[in-house]
Amino acid sequence: MTEVPSGRAVLSASLALGVAVALIGASYGVLAVANGLSVAQTSVMSLLVFTGASQFAAVGVIATGGSAATAVGSGLLLAARNSVYGLALAPMLRGSLARRLLAAHFVLDESTALATAQPDPKAQVRAFWVSGVSIFAFWNVGTLLGAVAGRALENPAALGLDAAFPAGFVVLIGPHLRSRAGRHAALLAAVLVILTTPFLRPGMPILVAALAILVGLREAPE
Amino acid sequence: MSWAAVLVLSAGAYFFKVLGLVIVGGRPLPPRLQACLALIPAAMLSALIVSNTVTVGQHLVIDARLPGVLAAALAAWRTLPFPAVIAIGAGVTALVRAFA
Repeated sequence: MTEVPSGRAVLSASLALGVAVALIGASYGVLAVANGLSVAQTSVMSLLVFTGASQFAAVGVIATGGSAATAVGSGLLLAARNSVYGLALAPMLRGSLARRLLAAHFVLDESTALATAQPDPKAQVRAFWVSGVSIFAFWNVGTLLGAVAGRALENPAALGLDAAFPAGFVVLIGPHLRSRAGRHAALLAAVLVILTTPFLRPGMPILVAALAILVGLREAPE
Repeated sequence: MSWAAVLVLSAGAYFFKVLGLVIVGGRPLPPRLQACLALIPAAMLSALIVSNTVTVGQHLVIDARLPGVLAAALAAWRTLPFPAVIAIGAGVTALVRAFA
């Protein structure tokens, strides 16, 4: 498997992901403005919500004629997984309350995956901040450009950018598949997503898949 | 979408992040619970890969993303650099989409 980036490579991995993040942020900006959000609302969403899937879900509900309450509900369902990431990151991110409250804003799919893949505590903290802050920068610049430019990048799918995220996640999951429990959890999570997708609102299957961590109960405690 | 909705979503999204990292996290946890929490990345990354590759909304869909992600998995297995794996995933998807 490709080595999960560590040390200086975390920065280049974050920058590579960042380019994709900026382009997807731009497409979010285009979509949001096209569905009646102002440029200011679109950008504030990226600055404050800062969870791409939640933002796309919210705008997507508006696009299909859903209410603002449904849009917020869908966004929050997808945001709930960040609390699970926070639990995984908590032992790594120590420090003052103010520092942890700031760190919370950068709890993301990407920052969690890069941080938890690092070999030692120092590298974990560095990977978290480098990836979290750089993705924040790329995401918000992309959003603003997309919102302002309007139709400039209406179809990121033509560039295959929708596959960029799962491709990155394929690398990041590598180290977690070395243990038997990790492989079982990953397999069970995949099956849960496939089985529940037709029956649940978008976003819910990913939360249901979190049940796969229960295979850890079979691990003998040290 | 109103400013109120934007701000409620913002506050809610931040609450979930703080809930895990600051409110619940950082306390000593029972070993069995720790064993489960250690599996979070494996489970969630797997779920994200599957949902981003073969679902659209509530439908299971096989499209150009699947060959792209499979090519990326092959590239990762052959130890190509991280940015190359992403480029291959996006590039194969774009090519299949353009010509299929």
